[in-house]
Amino acid sequence: MPPHLKAAGSDVAQASPPAGSGSVPLPSVLYAPGAGDFAGHDLLEIAMGPHHPSTHGVFRMNVVLDGETVVKLTPVFGYLHRNHEKIAEKNSYLASIPYTDRLDYICSMTNNWAYVLSVEKLAGLAVPERAEYLRVIVGELTRLQNHACLVGFLLQDMGALGTPMMYAFREREKILDLFESLSGSRMMCNYMRFGGCRCDLPAGWLEQAVKVVAEFDSFLDHFEALLNENEILRARSQGVGVLPRDLAVNAGVTGPCLRASGVNYDLRKVDQYGIYNRFKFRVPLGQHGDVFDRYMMRILEMRESIGILGQARHDIPAGPFVDPKFKLRNLRPKPGEAYGRVESPKGELGFYLISDGGPAPYRYRVRPPSLINLTVLEDMCLGHTIADVVIILGSIDIVLGEVDR
Amino acid sequence: MLGLGILRGLIETWRNFQGSYYDPARLTTVQYPEEKLTPRENARTIPFLVYDGDDPIAGLRCTACSICAVECPAHCIEIVKDPVKKPDYLGKMQFHPRVFDIDMAVCMECGVCAEVCPFDSIKMDRVFELSSGDRRMVLQKSDLAKSNDYFRHIHPVEAAAVDASRAGEQRKMQAKKDASPVPVAS
Amino acid sequence: MTLKGRSCANPQLLMHTPEHIKDRILAAFPGARLEVIPNGSPATQPSLLLHHGLAREIAAFLRDDPELRFDYASNATGVDWPEKIVREKVKVRKIIDGVEQDVLELVERKIPGFLEAVYHLYSMALGHGPLILRLRTGNRTDHVTLPSLTPVWRSCEFQEREIFDLFGITFEGHPDLRRILMWDNYADHPMRKDYAPVGEGEGQS
Repeated sequence: MPPHLKAAGSDVAQASPPAGSGSVPLPSVLYAPGAGDFAGHDLLEIAMGPHHPSTHGVFRMNVVLDGETVVKLTPVFGYLHRNHEKIAEKNSYLASIPYTDRLDYICSMTNNWAYVLSVEKLAGLAVPERAEYLRVIVGELTRLQNHACLVGFLLQDMGALGTPMMYAFREREKILDLFESLSGSRMMCNYMRFGGCRCDLPAGWLEQAVKVVAEFDSFLDHFEALLNENEILRARSQGVGVLPRDLAVNAGVTGPCLRASGVNYDLRKVDQYGIYNRFKFRVPLGQHGDVFDRYMMRILEMRESIGILGQARHDIPAGPFVDPKFKLRNLRPKPGEAYGRVESPKGELGFYLISDGGPAPYRYRVRPPSLINLTVLEDMCLGHTIADVVIILGSIDIVLGEVDR
Repeated sequence: MLGLGILRGLIETWRNFQGSYYDPARLTTVQYPEEKLTPRENARTIPFLVYDGDDPIAGLRCTACSICAVECPAHCIEIVKDPVKKPDYLGKMQFHPRVFDIDMAVCMECGVCAEVCPFDSIKMDRVFELSSGDRRMVLQKSDLAKSNDYFRHIHPVEAAAVDASRAGEQRKMQAKKDASPVPVAS
Repeated sequence: MTLKGRSCANPQLLMHTPEHIKDRILAAFPGARLEVIPNGSPATQPSLLLHHGLAREIAAFLRDDPELRFDYASNATGVDWPEKIVREKVKVRKIIDGVEQDVLELVERKIPGFLEAVYHLYSMALGHGPLILRLRTGNRTDHVTLPSLTPVWRSCEFQEREIFDLFGITFEGHPDLRRILMWDNYADHPMRKDYAPVGEGEGQS
């Protein structure tokens, strides 16, 4: 056994460092605790990423392999850390809204929504009815385009060489065009404001949106015909990356990953924030918690979102798109704190704000679903091959902008 | 039968393959730069300053109030006020900026400056073909000032609303002037 | 694959107030020191301050108690409260010109600084929440150790590492406490209020 492997067994970073110290030196080889005696086996440690086409961003995994089987996996991130929380402590509440676009850069509308919801809780602001419907419409459109994007990338990771991705992106482009005609930008929308939205729908937008959603619905039929029965997809994803129910709850996993493990917890039903109590939709649940279930979750959630959009389109009233009493600049909420959360397409996105009465928040914290969902990445990958690691990571749906902030 | 799922999938790819020859829903590629997408009314990229009429200095709407510089999330706007006032569209004497710089390397094109401007003077442009040979990313007042005709061309709906409200203000002011004429000194 | 529609019961009925939860904890842990911290904002989410002697046992109780079942720790974050000097006008009895009088005197009072870890707990099983727990360190310099709640809720694993990285709170009992966002040899804690970046810094404000 090479000398460095033998020596490394004693300095595994398990003990807490002494109080006040800066950091703990990282051992060169990490052993899974209780993994058994590997004397005589050659273990290979490789770093997957951060420059890697399948890690969904600048994300690194230190994987220890026995042959092709994963023995230990340590995620390493922080490559996209942009100290968003510190910047927000120096900027006004309004100025933080464009920064929230850039957290989970695929779903800017739900990021905005989570933040303005928290500020509205903190400052006690009311939202007019039309604005709530607008938020639901763009929020569900965001969910559609995020899940389409994710399924495309997941199939790309499985080796489908881009065909499902291109089909999904064609439909996603139509939704992004809608966002551009509404907010000015395809992805960095900066659309929500405290007490409503930034502007109302332009003429013809709603009709165009109805057309896009109808086309999306028929696209989903073809997409499912392309993928659901596909033997390669099923062989690569069924039974792979199983997440047990109790571990999912204890590890704070939320969103489609949690529901694929069979836990019925959708914030749109639990918290009923906004006006979600007015919409009839079902919450899909999985039975096995494997990659296939997580894939099917996205497909079924897209179907439910289409249903919600149809209901919103019928019920949206006329009225102001923002609270007329609210002024744009110089919001100074009374001292206090608030935690607001939404069901973003990735999971529970929460903002914890502490105000000290000044123009900027005293503490601004983003609760990132992608980061918390990564807690169980190692548990899901142990015992699988390295090819499965890519698929399991893809099925969790992470965006590094949110993981690192 | 094993393979039936793959065959079903191949029917879909065959449909797409056929359709790419004649079906407009499949032919989504725009052959840029020979063809270009129709720009949208609301699309925004970098900001620009609006001036009325032909003179970019006399007609500049900006009064150097610095609200955009204060509210800019990226702190990329630098304004230096010129102490000499000049009249605005209502005849009122206003300051104007001697220096108005925007660092486009920092600007995140969010549109907050245009939203908070009380004088409709900074608006969002639509240009994205910005490649150039030099690395000059700080745009100055002379680069940023563009005419109201240009604004009407790129954002017709918004420009019409701004023009209507400014015309309304001018009419109100004129009506006030007519109602209470200044007495002639004897 | 099953599809379930869940009609949410009225959250108001299910919400346990911090006072009620505090009483329940005191019933199980008579020696525990708890305090309800009010919240000034309209969000009305008051929090429970735990003095950290029995914090991990109380956390396990909150997770396992059949009426509470706080099985989901949604958010774990750190807050830095630096030392504050408060100037107050205080009434003092003084003898002036032979007469005893009440005089207003300007008095300076130092409120010592501390670091704080805040946890937001919800119950997925019963659908209520949030319960906000706070743990405070002794000061910001040498007494910066808190018990880790990762053995109770695994979701705190990365979040406590982030608090350690960005604020400097050491979590005793954490299985793998090392920096998560900053690089390993970094020597400072960026989210503290007195953090000043060395080197180039920023050109504009």
